[in-house]
Amino acid sequence: MTQTASVLADPGADGRFGAFGGRYVPEALIPACRTLEREFRSAWSDSAFREHLTRTLAVYAGRPTPVTPAARLSAELGVTVLLKREDLAHTGSHKINNVLGQALLAQRMGRTTLLAETGAGQHGVATATVGALLGLDVTVFMGAKDVERQALNVFRMELLGAKVVPVTAGSQTLADATSEAFRHWVGQSDTAHYCIGSVMGPHPYPWMVREFQRVIGEEARGQCAQLLPAGIPDVVVACVGGGSNAAGTFAGFVGTSARLVGVEAAGGAAIGNGSPGILHGFESYLLQDDDGQVLEAHSLSAGLDYPGVGPEHAHLADSGRATYVSADDDEVLAAMVKLARTEGILGALESCHAVAWVLRAAGTDELPTGSTVLVTLSGRGDKDAAQVRELLA
Amino acid sequence: MTTVTVGRPPLERHLRDHRDQGRKALVPYVTAGVVPGWTGLVEALAAAGADAIEIGLPFSDPMLEGTTIQEASQRALEQGMTTERALAAVAELDLDIPLVVMTYSNLIRHRGAGVFCERLAGAGVSGLIPVDTPLDEASPLVAAARSQGIETVLIVAPSTPPDRIDAIARLGSGFVYASTVMGTTGERIVLGDQAADLATRVRAATDRPVLMGFGISGPETAAQAARHADGVIMGAAVMRRVLAGENADEVAGLVREVRTALDAIVEPHWP
Ligand SMILES: Cc1ncc(COP(=O)(O)O)c(C=O)c1O
Repeated sequence: MTQTASVLADPGADGRFGAFGGRYVPEALIPACRTLEREFRSAWSDSAFREHLTRTLAVYAGRPTPVTPAARLSAELGVTVLLKREDLAHTGSHKINNVLGQALLAQRMGRTTLLAETGAGQHGVATATVGALLGLDVTVFMGAKDVERQALNVFRMELLGAKVVPVTAGSQTLADATSEAFRHWVGQSDTAHYCIGSVMGPHPYPWMVREFQRVIGEEARGQCAQLLPAGIPDVVVACVGGGSNAAGTFAGFVGTSARLVGVEAAGGAAIGNGSPGILHGFESYLLQDDDGQVLEAHSLSAGLDYPGVGPEHAHLADSGRATYVSADDDEVLAAMVKLARTEGILGALESCHAVAWVLRAAGTDELPTGSTVLVTLSGRGDKDAAQVRELLA
Repeated sequence: MTTVTVGRPPLERHLRDHRDQGRKALVPYVTAGVVPGWTGLVEALAAAGADAIEIGLPFSDPMLEGTTIQEASQRALEQGMTTERALAAVAELDLDIPLVVMTYSNLIRHRGAGVFCERLAGAGVSGLIPVDTPLDEASPLVAAARSQGIETVLIVAPSTPPDRIDAIARLGSGFVYASTVMGTTGERIVLGDQAADLATRVRAATDRPVLMGFGISGPETAAQAARHADGVIMGAAVMRRVLAGENADEVAGLVREVRTALDAIVEPHWP
């Protein structure tokens, strides 16, 4: 692959991944973005910072997470399925990797407050958790509808000492919570760090968050080398909301011959159904109407309910290095049940989008019998249990 | 598209003329489509003494707006306002002051900067304020705008360092939009020292007119800001009254009061 060198690299000073990315924020936030970029570059090239992060990920967050061969599922499908178990990380999803990275960086920058947006609540819970760990104040913006849908996670955040602010503007979901977090950041950018939850937002966020999630792919690459005769899987698949777990996973395999597949929610398929646009500080694929107004995304998993996708994924799609597909709510629900009954693992609804694709593709040209596939299980499904009970009733 | 209206004056020349006469510029803001009779409101504000009018094209995710203008945008969209409809209505306006369109990058990107600016020119608009297109991303847009005779107004904030103020003043045109606060749009009771400080720094860096916006709530804050700048932009204070149901005449009353307060500021003429 000749383009390998140009993808999943440092996007440079302008934060571009091909035609995507950039920094579309009000002028007031430009100095904050520049400071963050400078501080991240400095921290990321500082071995003491990286060792501290790696050690904290190990002793606090439970890394490395294992890769589990899904034996019964593999036998049933005729393909070898390996699960990268981010569900086993502390707080129950991959979000902790990024939040620990950003929070340690914020602390190094002398910031006292973390601002965050959250949809399903996983990123909010991770931020509240790390805020408690490091003694930082945490304010989490959450769409009022999501506050209702994810009551348990709201309680968890509050128990951890965070302030949860319901956002009543617009569709009252993740996109509106994100806009509100930006508004707050404009007024507090010298004391607060905005801890964005995925590979989105203005430069350096998409790059920085991918670097903090790179650990998923790098671990998995080494684990696959131990587990697979060929050393690498034929296909690597992960679900895509903003795209952070997928970007972190892909980072470990972009230099190999593995096919990379990202799975979006059918009702939030920014790459599948969107067109290029600009939202929340970056240029990428975006669900929008004829006038350029942003459309609401719909998915049973609140974590994939976002109308855009990280700019690096837009570039990976355009360059052909990765393929993006979607899974609908019914398939996802079926995949969740299947994974539970064959492997004894309750996967998050978000993660089950990736599993659903494996179930659909196994035995076809996409994933031929006898091939190997690594699936990132980005989180655990406990948070979804009440919702799934209703859906299955 | 409708016919091109009679030439309205170029924005910067118009504002420079005002400044040369020792007059402070007053630029009220109206969200296109906020109420059914919004173009009548624009006309009433012009008659009440506005020197230019800023027209907001509503966007679904207005990241820089406080609650008032957010609500105005949401209402406008709910009532079916679109960029095409807004510009078609603007083209029908018969005013002798410049109109400046304010909006977000996506509405520009969606059509392409060239087509978007062509539409602005077709509607008789003089200037464009792309609030989330900072200096670093603005060059292609400025070029597209310039080729259509549209001036691109760029914003400076209290956090903007001196070298950027220079660069922003050089790349932009029309006027330099100085944001009084680190924050979103919305009314404020008093303006902090950083507002005066910023205006002073910008004026020292450029000969372009400098207008202050964000937080101008009425005659007092307008006069306070205008002592340090060449004029003011007033958005949320206007929109709050519109959202509260005041009619065009009542809202125009606010603009007349601010006009009076600004006209009372006596300043030595600039050479
Ligand atoms: C378990 C889980 N997986 C995936 C996502 C989607 O985010 P991303 O695409 O950034 O990995 C979320 C978001 O809340 C999540 O909670």
